[in-house]
Amino acid sequence: MTKSVAGELASLELPVERGCPFAPPAAYERLREQAPISKVRLTSGGKAWWVSGHDEARTVLADGRFSSDKRKDGFPLFTLDAATLQQLRSQPPLMLGMDGAEHSAARRPVIGEFTVKRLAALRPRIQDIVDHFIDDMLAADQRPVDLVQALSLPVPSLVICELLGVPYPDHDFFQSRTTMMVRRTSLEDRRRAFADLRAYIDDLVTRKESEPGDDLFGRQIARQRQQGTLDHAGLVSLAFLLLTAGHETTANMISLGVVGLLSHPEQLALVKADPGKTPMAVEELLRYFTIADGVTSRLATEDVEIGGVSIKAGEGVIVSGLSANWDPAAFKDPAELDVERGARHHLAFGFGPHQCLGQNLARLELQIVFDTLFRRIPTLHLAAPAEDLPFKTDAVIYGVHELPVTW
Amino acid sequence: MMRINADTGLCVGSGQCVLTEPAVFDQADDGIVALLTDHPDDQSAAQARHAVTLCPSRALSILQE
Ligand code: SF4
Repeated sequence: MTKSVAGELASLELPVERGCPFAPPAAYERLREQAPISKVRLTSGGKAWWVSGHDEARTVLADGRFSSDKRKDGFPLFTLDAATLQQLRSQPPLMLGMDGAEHSAARRPVIGEFTVKRLAALRPRIQDIVDHFIDDMLAADQRPVDLVQALSLPVPSLVICELLGVPYPDHDFFQSRTTMMVRRTSLEDRRRAFADLRAYIDDLVTRKESEPGDDLFGRQIARQRQQGTLDHAGLVSLAFLLLTAGHETTANMISLGVVGLLSHPEQLALVKADPGKTPMAVEELLRYFTIADGVTSRLATEDVEIGGVSIKAGEGVIVSGLSANWDPAAFKDPAELDVERGARHHLAFGFGPHQCLGQNLARLELQIVFDTLFRRIPTLHLAAPAEDLPFKTDAVIYGVHELPVTW
Repeated sequence: MMRINADTGLCVGSGQCVLTEPAVFDQADDGIVALLTDHPDDQSAAQARHAVTLCPSRALSILQE
């Protein structure tokens, strides 16, 4: 039976910072217990539905009557100021912000690049990349080493550069800009980073249009030429999305995964004893940390009845993946990190037609990194207490700024 | 016997099905789901059912048991 929605408006002001670095904000649990769908107040003003039940979250995300278009009036944005909104409206939409047929038209041509088979073929190359950075770590004459700089950032960065055909010497540039963009602080910085990156990518796409090459963009350009649909703006949007989404997120999951495993030695021992368990451990770590919370917001385009709640057209809906992934109805004892849980139904990659395009690449990178790191440096441990690490409470994507490790 | 249907129009190529039960599900080169069989044997049935629940676009369904 579904609990009914609370009559009063819940006083949760968004966004909420995590208190304990290893758990959702305490307010999330209170809200979910009250009702899996409740109303909350946004810091930006206005109200929105807050979906925190796992079942309800999947239902909303799979329902085409909810729009992903952030430019629409009433879309529940966490921070809302005229300049940001204007910028949002002046740019061509990313795939993330499209709906229905427009979304599938944008996504379909790319998904062939991310099939399970195609990614499996990348395994040896990713293994080389991981080994290379671990070699460097082992050769460093100073300890502790900051794992964020030594491994977490450069691995996904190099992988995505190779996949997309971005010259690696440019990676420092976009790495710094993407990090800046997902910070919650300083709107000015974020805006500048966004503009820099957009200009860089525009230039990259222009270069690729004259010399495509055999990489993801090269193939997209060749394909569009053949169909006579070469769309420069569309390619820039795609490049922008793939570069930014594919790199900061995976980097944060690498760092947090290492923190999670090192802080739960009995769980790490299970993985070390049987690398066959790594894929399951990866799913559990994705669930446990759910680094991209609240990015799956929607706007109702029609009146919709879900879980006994009636959501009206024009109302905003914030689906909390983090809350859903800690819903005891879907995951028993959610606060336990249990690498043998079998957590594949988590929503860390979202759900519905927008579910993360690069999820299987992320899975592959995480599996290879964890296996290789703990095999090659079995005595690896944190050089500071886990609670004292600088967690990214100020960022849209959760993570740690620095991760000192030694062995 | 269990019969599975895959709606290629709905599929968004997430590959969740292939990761779950590669004996039943495959992806074509364009990323879209392709069934290797629509009648999973007893060995694959449970995993195939799991794949149906994991599919983010609800492209998979069980037609009969
Ligand atoms: S899980 Fe669903 S969306 Fe993903 S490839 Fe399989 S059928 Fe397509």
